[in-house]
Amino acid sequence: MDRLTRLLEAALFAASRPVTLEELQRLDPEATPDEVRASLTALRLRYDEGGHGVELAELADGWQILSRPDLADQLALAQLVERPRRLSTAAMETLAVIAYRQPVGRAEIEEIRGVAADGVLRLLQERGLAAVVGRGEGLGRPLLYGTTPLFLELLGLKTTAELPRLDELAVALTPLVAPEPAEGA
Amino acid sequence: MTRPVPPADEPAFVVHLAEFSGPLDLLLTLIRDQEIDITDIPIARIADQFIAAIHDLGLNQAADYLDMAARLLRIKAQMLLPIPADAEAWEDPRAELVRRLLEYEQIREIVGWLVERATLRADRFSRGWIEEAPERPAAPVHLDLASLLQAVDDVIRGIPQPVLHRVVPRPLDVEGATRRIEALLVERDRFEFREALGADYTIGDVISTLLAILELARVGRLQLVQDLPFGRMDLCRGPVDQAA
Repeated sequence: MDRLTRLLEAALFAASRPVTLEELQRLDPEATPDEVRASLTALRLRYDEGGHGVELAELADGWQILSRPDLADQLALAQLVERPRRLSTAAMETLAVIAYRQPVGRAEIEEIRGVAADGVLRLLQERGLAAVVGRGEGLGRPLLYGTTPLFLELLGLKTTAELPRLDELAVALTPLVAPEPAEGA
Repeated sequence: MTRPVPPADEPAFVVHLAEFSGPLDLLLTLIRDQEIDITDIPIARIADQFIAAIHDLGLNQAADYLDMAARLLRIKAQMLLPIPADAEAWEDPRAELVRRLLEYEQIREIVGWLVERATLRADRFSRGWIEEAPERPAAPVHLDLASLLQAVDDVIRGIPQPVLHRVVPRPLDVEGATRRIEALLVERDRFEFREALGADYTIGDVISTLLAILELARVGRLQLVQDLPFGRMDLCRGPVDQAA
């Protein structure tokens, strides 16, 4: 491996979160972004083809070294690692609404889910998965919520653009458009 | 896979409310499990099943469920009205509910996708925890008898002796010095500063006595007389007493 690739590997190994391309760039100001990207690809191929126990994943707008899923059960069984706690359905639903409607206020979340959302919103904020991203224009200038990089990390996504598009879902409905009036009862 | 659809007068649809994330979830489950056409919901039957579900499980305090129950009953009532001849103007009272249900169903599908992704991601461990790991119980302790006895001994040794009363010497005792000087003033008209110090005095006693003298002089109980610089300093009974 060349020096740049070794440098990237060391940084990604030591970092406790996904490292962005700009951050990796700081390791060697003389390297061009293309060179950094090429080195990342080289490192990824090395892990993929060399039969390593880890892989180089691109997620949450950055890069991170992750253990391979086929080893997960044994790692967890030996209590060397901890799987993240599962979120409740209520929390997941709220996250789904936020992810697709962000920035979105509490009233809209409650309207879509049909239940009060303040408790769930607090939980999501505490766990760093959702955050206040602004204030709305309406009465009382309500707080607006959005998802965080940790949300992407939790799902292993690069960006929110990787979420399934609404027209790809089995339930075809463009939000806020009323369906055809049903036949008379 | 079809389930027996209960007749409208027997809304015995067994559900566990705790499994539902809200009234829309419950409603959608009732509709989908009975394979009902969502655009043509038999509102009377569904309303009865819904109310039975929230009633049986004693959760009828839950405002969100009650709100939905009220909506369903309102739609049920509206459906009883005859459709006007001019069908163009007729708006299905269920339309808004259908829209919300479909929107909610979409969220449900997204949740399924999110859970799947999160499960896959949870099998790939990174260096940093996604969140702080819960505290693990401490490993069981291994020890022999000697170290156990030693530990007990250490604890017993550590028990402090009971302290009932502790006398703390006060560094300065201006009150005591004042009383001493006042006693001397009763006996004698004039005496030397040193005599006011008492026996075996410390630097604390000197300062206390000086402060007491200055205070007594200030209130006029005594006068200070010093004939020469750095000479002996005498305390005389003050003008107040003389006046008396």
